[in-house]
Amino acid sequence: MSKLIFERSVKNRRGITLPEFDCPEVILDHEYARSSSPRLAQVAEVDVVRHYMELSRYAFGVDNGFYPLGSCTMKYNPKLNETTAALEGFNSIHPTQDPSTVKGAMSLLSNLSTSLCEITGMDGFTLQPSAGAHGEFTGLLLIHAYHSDRKDLKRTKVIVPDSAHGTNPASANMAGYTIINVPSNELGGVDVEALKGVLSDEVAALMLTNPNTLGLFDPNIEEIAALVHKAGGLLYYDGANLNAIMGEVRPGDMGFDVVHLNLHKTFSTPHGGGGPGSGPVGVKKHLMPYLPKGTIIDEHFVENEKTIGRVRSYYGNFLVNVRAYTYILSLGSNGLKEASEMAVLNANYMMSQLKEAFTVAYPGPCMHEFVLSLQDLKDKTGISAKDICKGLLDYKVHPPTMYFPLIVHEALMIEPTETESKETMDEFIKILLELKDKAYSDPDYLKNAPYTTPIKRVDDVLAARHPILKAEM
Amino acid sequence: MASYLLNTKAQEAEMLKAIGIEKKDLFNSIPTKLKLKRSLDLPKGLSEMEVLAKLTSLANQNKVYSIILRGAGSEHHFIPSVVKQLSSREEFVSAYTPYQAEFSQGILQSIFEYQTDICELTGMDGSNASVYDGASAAAESIQMVLERNRKEILIADSVSPEVIETIMTYTTCSDATIKVLKTKGGILQEDVLKKNLNENTAALMIANPNYFGCLEKVDELSRLTHEAGAKLIVYSNPLTLAVLKSPRACGADIAVGEAQAFGLSMAFGGPYLGYMATTNELIRRLPGRIVGQTVDTEGKRSFVLTLQAREQHIRREKATSSLCSNQALCALTASVYVAAMGPVGLKEVAEHGLRRAHYFQKELEKIGFKLKNDTPFFNEFVTTSPLAAKAVERHLAQYNILSGLDIASHEILWCVTETTTKSQLDEVLGYLREVAR
Repeated sequence: MSKLIFERSVKNRRGITLPEFDCPEVILDHEYARSSSPRLAQVAEVDVVRHYMELSRYAFGVDNGFYPLGSCTMKYNPKLNETTAALEGFNSIHPTQDPSTVKGAMSLLSNLSTSLCEITGMDGFTLQPSAGAHGEFTGLLLIHAYHSDRKDLKRTKVIVPDSAHGTNPASANMAGYTIINVPSNELGGVDVEALKGVLSDEVAALMLTNPNTLGLFDPNIEEIAALVHKAGGLLYYDGANLNAIMGEVRPGDMGFDVVHLNLHKTFSTPHGGGGPGSGPVGVKKHLMPYLPKGTIIDEHFVENEKTIGRVRSYYGNFLVNVRAYTYILSLGSNGLKEASEMAVLNANYMMSQLKEAFTVAYPGPCMHEFVLSLQDLKDKTGISAKDICKGLLDYKVHPPTMYFPLIVHEALMIEPTETESKETMDEFIKILLELKDKAYSDPDYLKNAPYTTPIKRVDDVLAARHPILKAEM
Repeated sequence: MASYLLNTKAQEAEMLKAIGIEKKDLFNSIPTKLKLKRSLDLPKGLSEMEVLAKLTSLANQNKVYSIILRGAGSEHHFIPSVVKQLSSREEFVSAYTPYQAEFSQGILQSIFEYQTDICELTGMDGSNASVYDGASAAAESIQMVLERNRKEILIADSVSPEVIETIMTYTTCSDATIKVLKTKGGILQEDVLKKNLNENTAALMIANPNYFGCLEKVDELSRLTHEAGAKLIVYSNPLTLAVLKSPRACGADIAVGEAQAFGLSMAFGGPYLGYMATTNELIRRLPGRIVGQTVDTEGKRSFVLTLQAREQHIRREKATSSLCSNQALCALTASVYVAAMGPVGLKEVAEHGLRRAHYFQKELEKIGFKLKNDTPFFNEFVTTSPLAAKAVERHLAQYNILSGLDIASHEILWCVTETTTKSQLDEVLGYLREVAR
């Protein structure tokens, strides 16, 4: 593996040089001043370049190859988005500039909000939340503000299906709610009878992903929405899977009151190895009075007396929002619909080619992703979903999401996205089938995979038991 | 229309045949009643040339100032070419969170090095992989200090209003209570703190340098806070820590802040970089992603996401936070910046700001912009203004200069960085003389 940047350090070596000082020295009292320099790397510019070039060789992005990571929508990130996000007029503006001097930015953010309203069927959006989980937390605070404002103070519970993303219950907990888990039915949807059993005047909201994390559209959504609303609760839409339905059906029309989107999934902004993302939140009219401070609608800062307050500084991850807006302009109404169609077609095609060899967790036509269970393979060969994933690494493709959703044993969640070709998917299918054969013919080989990566399997137990979280100096 | 689809009509037909359905049936699982029966009311897609023209025109409607004397949480700094070049490598840009360690050592190592940089600057034992921004980092830190019998958080009003507002929002539904303490002379006074500390105090949060640019008496505040059995959270711009005593050395238990100064443009407020670091004592309460060093099966040094028992995908509602995506690429950018600058370069950047701010303040004083707080400051400071702060802003704007922030009708918060030279400051002073007498 690579040296650490600190191991490349040579005493007194310099990188960037700065202009000479042109103002008198200021001596800080020793009460305030640092007594010794921080032990940061002392390297030349070329050291830095070679170091990060080496690290880049040990990283893998969508630009390197197929990335069917379920639930993450790893679609291609158009280069045009990077060009627009790098424009000086977007980069060199201070967030507290007078609104009259940032008309372009205000107009862009307003137009993006309006577009997201149309795509989701909502009435207003805030672009401030910076990631999906941040959006969830914001959405739940909006729900809390709504109920509190109505003096409906008994509502202390949020219902979450057992197939939900972990962020759903975690965000609800941060917003002070107690979680009620509802099981899925045999078709992977919400168990309506179980839902009826837990609905009461203590329920603030139901959080739902639709299509859900099994890649299935819940056909009972209207009934579910009616039940929740009848009980006085609100419906929260986790937009992680919006890529399946653009131009086909809208959360707002399904009955959802609050929606968060992941612009770094559906709207093609790059994921950056874990962010920055953007997690805008859309609401129906009755929740608009509570939108965060720093929300821009119709080119103005919204001033709500009943606002929940701000959830971060300024107006969100602006440059990420610039990229998403670029994408929406590029694809337009027709392109967005075609993207969803192709995402669903690709997923169904892959499922059709894999369903004989593996067990599809919840069979039936899927939306943009599907989940395989490798329990049967594991029972027969001892090879787990993780082993198969590690085997995939040697073929230079990114593995699917593994062990999620939690309700499927030995789960592999596959989401090809629309920006992949039939050839790429055929190649991946061929590899998976080969790996399955290998599981029977030479399980030990797979248990020790990968072989061609810079390191072998890591000891994560050691990492957690004896945490080393920074370089030894 | 731009399209990023690959499959041809023929391939589409092959795929549909393999599935055994017709294209119109792809969405059959959606009840017909719910389906959108019209096209989305959005413009038709555009070509790359058209989109670029449109976005360029929007960008051009924003005023880019040639001299920027405003900070208040977002500072204009020089970004070396190497930082932009390396942080835009597509392997970093288009990667997902490094779940598959064997395939993501480059990303994991970059985060580990970032964590080390943050620990060196703050003096802490461990850092997370980043948070959305400084304000959300500060807000996330509140949960770390709450104890069964200690729920009150004291915050000096010299912490940025954006940060305080974010904390207020985050704690709306938690059992923490927030008390904002009035400062005098730009900093939190010991007697004010003493009066407010009690057996319910979970922590004191201060910023250093604070929102007004002043340096707090952190050592003293730390002693009092700890004597009362509470924790100390210090919010800093990490660039200043190249020169200032680290938060840990002043006694802080948690260091948080906004690291936008490390190679990220002002960009109308984001993406920025919130950092969070703490001592070994509190490390398992730290939210978000953390990268740790371990070995592979052959004993080779490796990096991996660790201490995941704190996180949402394992613990669900019992997690320390719902944090999932953070600002990884911004953390990488900051690390490249820190490496390119080195400890000496960072110190010089910080010192340019420190020296020039003091020069500028002294000259402003001569023309009636009086220093408001008689307390040591770093590269930001508040002055009174002989004319309305807004009038100063309008006057300087004519010369393409962004004035300091008007924090009251006749008070201005100025910020000076390495991007404004002494001769430019003299030019600004000349323009101010035109109106200040």
